[in-house]
Amino acid sequence: MPDQKDFQPSTLVIHSNRVYESQSNSILFPIHQTATYIHESVGVTKGYGYSRGANPTVNALEQAIAAVEGTTTALCFRSGMAAITTLCLGLLKAGDHVVLSDVIYGGTSRLFHQVLGNFGLEYSSIDTSDINAVEQALKPNTRLIFVETPANPTLKLSDVKALADLAHSRENILLAVDNTFLTPLLQNCLNLGADISMLSTTKYIDGHNATIGGSLATHNEAVIERLRLVRKTIGTIQAPFDSWLALQGIKTLPARLAMHCAHAGEIARWLENHPRVAHVYYPGLDSFPQKALAEKQQKGFGGMMAFELHADAAQTLAYINALKLATCAESLGSVETLITHPATASHCDLTPEVRARLGISDRLIRLSVGLESPKDLIADFDQAFTAVFGAQA
Amino acid sequence: MKFATRLVHFAASPGDPNRPMATPIYQTATFEQTAADGFGPYDYSRSGNPTRRVLEDQVAALEGGCRGLAFSSGMAAITSVARLLQSGDEILADWDLYGGTTRLFAKVLNRVGITVRYVDAANAAALEEAISPATRLIFVESPTNPMLRVLDLAAIAAVAAQHKILFCVDNSTMSPYLQNPLALGADIVMHSATKFLCGHSDVTAGMIVVKDEALAQEIHFLQNAEGNALAPFDSFLLLRGLKTLKLRMDAQQANATQIAKFLAQHPKVNAVYYPGLPGHPGYAVQQRQARGAGAVIGFTAGSAARAKQIAEQAKLFKIAVSFGSVNSTISIPYAMSHASVPAEQRAARGIPEDLLRLSIGVEDAQDLIDDLAAQLN
Repeated sequence: MPDQKDFQPSTLVIHSNRVYESQSNSILFPIHQTATYIHESVGVTKGYGYSRGANPTVNALEQAIAAVEGTTTALCFRSGMAAITTLCLGLLKAGDHVVLSDVIYGGTSRLFHQVLGNFGLEYSSIDTSDINAVEQALKPNTRLIFVETPANPTLKLSDVKALADLAHSRENILLAVDNTFLTPLLQNCLNLGADISMLSTTKYIDGHNATIGGSLATHNEAVIERLRLVRKTIGTIQAPFDSWLALQGIKTLPARLAMHCAHAGEIARWLENHPRVAHVYYPGLDSFPQKALAEKQQKGFGGMMAFELHADAAQTLAYINALKLATCAESLGSVETLITHPATASHCDLTPEVRARLGISDRLIRLSVGLESPKDLIADFDQAFTAVFGAQA
Repeated sequence: MKFATRLVHFAASPGDPNRPMATPIYQTATFEQTAADGFGPYDYSRSGNPTRRVLEDQVAALEGGCRGLAFSSGMAAITSVARLLQSGDEILADWDLYGGTTRLFAKVLNRVGITVRYVDAANAAALEEAISPATRLIFVESPTNPMLRVLDLAAIAAVAAQHKILFCVDNSTMSPYLQNPLALGADIVMHSATKFLCGHSDVTAGMIVVKDEALAQEIHFLQNAEGNALAPFDSFLLLRGLKTLKLRMDAQQANATQIAKFLAQHPKVNAVYYPGLPGHPGYAVQQRQARGAGAVIGFTAGSAARAKQIAEQAKLFKIAVSFGSVNSTISIPYAMSHASVPAEQRAARGIPEDLLRLSIGVEDAQDLIDDLAAQLN
């Protein structure tokens, strides 16, 4: 096979792990559903001693993710949260300070506020879309800037390159970006200067709602080796079967993303023109205040959006409940269109005051646009307006 | 119901209209909500999954606890137990522990301000004396890995209870069939479920069982927050393996007893460590607190080179880390499972360089003895 770097992403996701010494010529990578490996002699293995440390099927997924990240190594974890936990336990110690995006997935903020904080980690929640605010928040003990862009659920953007330049103008500060909403195919954070790219692979990488998983990628070999050791020590590696499912999922990632982006753009425009809709947050709309930044650092606007109705909280919930095709469930990035109410679901652990300050109102609806026909989805949104607001809707 | 019956008669598919005998694999990341602000029993598989829940309930029942929690590995389970502590807290641990646990304590927990002190927990009085105001957790294995020392769990539990310190027992070498630490007074029992619970070397997993609902909720909170719960397919495999736990353990233990006796009388074997031999210093305590001695045996071969030679020339005993599987395995703890113990600590612990650890499988006992005899002679 020619050198991998000659290939486009849509080729790489399919062929990144074909270099397998197979005796069967199986077109698919086998599932190494094993806990341990026979050693050739004491202390001598072919690189696999125990599946908590490394597993060939997990490694195949890691190669595919590394290929789309544009680096040589990635690591996969039991969940996105396990990836962030391993990142923090691996690179930080008690007394270190972390700058976090203020608008961020609720599970990430819960991890910092309610778990890692007990172990002597300091953190500040900052509006990372404001580079000056980030600069002012840096302390002598700041070791990590962790941002989410686009942020969950308001789609607020942070300038990855500007943040990387700021982090690297200081000593010993790493920039990690949770790139779950876009994936490296729509926003390559490592190319933009981030030190670490993190993904919840549960979302677009798997794409089918089949697995829970997470990944970390970096160009920094020392960081990878440290994270590998800590992953083995705290036992957060992804399972072989789930890796295999995600490996199947990632093969259609480029095709799925193209459709997600196209459908989301169509639906965002339809919603924005609907008289019952007060506001749509989607980076591809001209009304989106950071559209220029999206065009600068993204290669597409993604499949995620949020919107608010001219309605109160109760009517908002009734509207979600009236939808028949868009399914109310946590998670995002799958072939199914999923709709959630962040204030009572993904961001329920935040206080109402914090939610209000961050723009996560009780009227905010988060939408992950799937691969159903946009015509059918629009018809569904339309019938729900009529069901809740009557014919005048 | 007796143990063998309980292993196969449990609610394998609660609520499933098709009433399958085997638990369905809910290979899903998320669950449809009942309403925009309403959730059913499951909302996201990181927090809870029906396949995993059946496994958790079954292991909790077998260990006599109120709640079980399944993790992506035994180390993930121990990490979550350690998360119950905070910076400045201290763990008191028996000195003989799995190398991965020692590595967690020395290389990860130390960085977040948790200290670990090692004591000889076989001496309950010495253990009690070592308790400091910062001690929050006592952590032991019994029989220990790799020296197969036996600790008096009820005596340690009494000390822990008197000082209101959490007591966690790693029960991996025994399984709930042979030993129930919660009944002996422990607060938390954990397993590397990769070992006897699974029994087939096909899953990496960990289990925690507790007898206090508030503690269960605290650990579940951490499991969800850190995202290290066991995957649905692995939960299914573990449920499948668990059904034959008694069959396997009975066969493995019978084999182990014969092999331990064979080794004990062999002139080229220096010492045999197996708590089922009457000469083992922990024999009486083991008889009292457990229902068998398990299927892990240690013996010393005289020199590191000789140990290496025996391991590498054995035919049926495969060189591999892990234990508790249907396959017999052989390992040199000093160079393998305990290589991750920091060097100075490894020296202090005195893990013999010529120690071989055998995990006895379900092969024919005579075949296994013949294999060992050929290498020893």
